[in-house]
Amino acid sequence: MIFKKILEQVTILFAGNSGDGIQFIGRQFTNTSAFLGNNLSTLSDFPAEIRAPRDTLAGISGFQIHFGSVEITSPGDFFDVLVVMNAAALKKNFPFLKKGGKIIANTMGFTSKSLQLAGYTPDVDPLKELYDYDVYPLDMIGHSHKLLQNFNISQKDKEVAKNMFALGFIYWLYSRPLGYTEYCLKQIFKKNTKLLQANLNVLRAGYNFGEISETERFIVKSSNRPSGIYRNVTGNQSITLGLATAAIQAGLNLFYAGYPITPASDLLNYFASYKNLGIKSFQAEDEISAITSAIGASYAGDLGVTGTSGPGMALKQEGLGLAFMLELPLVIINVQRGGPSTGLPTKTEQSDLLQAIYGCHGEVSIPVLAPSSPSRAFTVAFYAAKIAIEHMTPVILLSDGYLANGSELWRFPKTYQLDTICPPFLKNSKNYSPYQRDEIGVRRWVKPGLAGYEHRIGGLEKEDETGNISYDPKNHEKMVKLRQKKIDFIKKKWPKPRIDSGKKTGKLLILSWGSTYGIVRAAIKILLSEGKSVSHSHLEYIYPLPNGLDTILQNFKKVLIPELNNGQLIHIIRDQFLIDAIPFSKIQGIPFTIFEIVEKVREII
Amino acid sequence: MDSYNKKNFSSDQDIKWCPGCGNYSILKQVQTILPEIGFPKEKIVFVSGIGCSSRFPYYMDTFGLHGIHGRAPALATGIKLANPDLNVWIITGDGDGLSIGGNHLIHLLRRNLDVNILLFNNEIYGLTKGQHSPTSKLGFKTKSSPLGTIDNPFNPLSLVLGAGASFIARTTDRDPKHLREMLLRAQEHRGTSFLEIYQNCNVFNDGVFENFTEKSKKVNQTLYLKQGELMRFGSKKQYGIRLDGIYPKVISLQESSYSFSDIWTHDENDRTKAEILTRFFGTPGYEKFPRPFGVFYKEERPTYDMLFHDQISLAQKNHPMSLDILLSGDLHCKI
Repeated sequence: MIFKKILEQVTILFAGNSGDGIQFIGRQFTNTSAFLGNNLSTLSDFPAEIRAPRDTLAGISGFQIHFGSVEITSPGDFFDVLVVMNAAALKKNFPFLKKGGKIIANTMGFTSKSLQLAGYTPDVDPLKELYDYDVYPLDMIGHSHKLLQNFNISQKDKEVAKNMFALGFIYWLYSRPLGYTEYCLKQIFKKNTKLLQANLNVLRAGYNFGEISETERFIVKSSNRPSGIYRNVTGNQSITLGLATAAIQAGLNLFYAGYPITPASDLLNYFASYKNLGIKSFQAEDEISAITSAIGASYAGDLGVTGTSGPGMALKQEGLGLAFMLELPLVIINVQRGGPSTGLPTKTEQSDLLQAIYGCHGEVSIPVLAPSSPSRAFTVAFYAAKIAIEHMTPVILLSDGYLANGSELWRFPKTYQLDTICPPFLKNSKNYSPYQRDEIGVRRWVKPGLAGYEHRIGGLEKEDETGNISYDPKNHEKMVKLRQKKIDFIKKKWPKPRIDSGKKTGKLLILSWGSTYGIVRAAIKILLSEGKSVSHSHLEYIYPLPNGLDTILQNFKKVLIPELNNGQLIHIIRDQFLIDAIPFSKIQGIPFTIFEIVEKVREII
Repeated sequence: MDSYNKKNFSSDQDIKWCPGCGNYSILKQVQTILPEIGFPKEKIVFVSGIGCSSRFPYYMDTFGLHGIHGRAPALATGIKLANPDLNVWIITGDGDGLSIGGNHLIHLLRRNLDVNILLFNNEIYGLTKGQHSPTSKLGFKTKSSPLGTIDNPFNPLSLVLGAGASFIARTTDRDPKHLREMLLRAQEHRGTSFLEIYQNCNVFNDGVFENFTEKSKKVNQTLYLKQGELMRFGSKKQYGIRLDGIYPKVISLQESSYSFSDIWTHDENDRTKAEILTRFFGTPGYEKFPRPFGVFYKEERPTYDMLFHDQISLAQKNHPMSLDILLSGDLHCKI
């Protein structure tokens, strides 16, 4: 038995041409690691084109996973291992490989042509010059061809199977079982036994290659988390599960309407796959129809939900205003991507916060929530639906590309552990008026079908209580204030903001929101170990701002607000609390690194 | 249910259309047929967008949703998919339905959702006080086209048939009897019914359809379609439509050797012939043809709401799923 070295945490980057199946093997490795109980965080980075030019830097697709037995809250700044399918993948990512790190390379991706396209000198193999690194040059294609020479499948299919060789080898290196991937391959190639056998053979060959390679092997033990049952979940998946759960908990049908758009398309795909749970999913003809049909569904008594990204969110503004004016429940998910316009479709950004809060015309006020991580997205989506239903209002859920495609270990709840959701349906009222409000400003939800309660509602300004059309000046002002008051009340339901790490007072507070949570948390850990007087507080419930945030802010000399935009939350904080907070912007389509946050703090205090 | 009458469908709201507006006649006929269709009024929903026609739901004592410009088909889709038992009516106009909401309209038709669309066509934007609409005739002078329009109008029935409509018909506000009959036919059809109603805007486009509504003119310029009947028109029914291959012709029974057997018999179930009929629209080559009114085409095919819910029921039957199983996923670990 070979001695296996125990590691606390490892960061691996899989990279290759888009079309090499990089995202696929990344997800396979992730799910297998989750199955072993590792903590993990992942980051997908891929081009907007389905098959970008081969072997060029622009065409590289990457999947990064940071996994371990210790707390993992970010995908990691630097890699321990690079799995590269070609020279361009190495060229692009080598600067982030730790000194002495491992490089697992597909040698056929290092032909002189590939080297040239990647910007290397064509005749010098860079793999042979990396003396300080642990290089594993693997002839993945050669192995695949040899193994599959008697298989009656196309040359292309034989080449594509090379990613299975890489996956098999890395499974061996980190002592992971093949079972989950074998199970998945069986599902994928249900109807093509030849391709199934071919892929299984290459996967096992990669694993067996490890066995005979006399290479050092590693073990990463399962997490030190509280005991329980865990699974892996991506941000997009988690949101769909949270909303489906909320609808069922409220005793409502969920109606999801979407239009395909990166990086939100998976929301539509997931909902479409939940038909056996009674979920209704509708692929609309455009973004406008998606939100408007969801409003129609809510009007008729379902929980209407729609999801989109940047340009689609712009198109939905008119519908948002209608939902707000009608006072019907609606959840709108915006998986933010780089903007403006088409911008960076596959890259992450947090640049739609001000749009979410201030986007609509007229005096509109819509609650905004932003989950901090893929697993938190379940809970935050659940509460977005609860607020929408119980307060009869549209609610915006701000996700982003990093969160949507990133994944982490999640301790999923049992349905009996969930909070209740009570739709404000009408209960015996003799003098019903459509816009009569209860003590928290909420009107009753009367759906078509209830005899004796026929009524008309619309986007025109309404008379208080009756809902009849009214152009009366004083009534309009009153209605604007009543609608605002209803939303303001919601802040009483938000969890109280708290210090996530660090002391309650000090020199510097980092105030973050949305998906930057994990990276800031990891940075704070380093800074605290250096003895810095720094703390971290994080916002998931952004509008209306929760009560108690002012007290937290007052206890620090300075406040730093890191955002993946040109400064948006900072405007709101300055506006609300009149404090001179310090902005920290990154607008590169990628998340912050831990190092960037650490350096910024060192600069300030 | 039998005790409903027209009054049961009038809401308590003051009607704010201009005096003499064609909408009054349509409202009256809709309120008259509803007691007959056998739907309890709490299950009837009127949905609209923006425009004069779109105020319609406020005047009906049923459930009603006055939405945003052009989006009534999308609202109706959500309503019908949430509750397929509802009887849903979309009230729209030429601007709302064919301009800003054109995309929603064509997709609704191809899907064949079981709803009724009443498109009030007056060839003008009335609520914004007189701009040309997508059905305004070429060269029409309006506030926004002082030198006359330069864009060809839509032929609405040709458009919707092309989009895959399963029921198309035309009527006018000035012929209450025919209007009533068409409303009942539209309501009867399972699938999306598209009824174009020529509606007179007496303020901004008065008399635009008088060729088809004034007694003296209409007799020679309209063709009332009836299933299985010969296509004849004229004061003495002396004219007929004949199909010469794929080309229609107006023939006179008095002045030629043609007989009844030469005349085309209307068949609502013939799509190809319906396409020919929609071209009787006064466009070049068709100036001499009368304007057809009645049911052009109808076809029975599965409705979207039925297919939508069938898929869900089948999935629930074949692969039953509980929330707890969905949450736990197909792969999990115990720590």
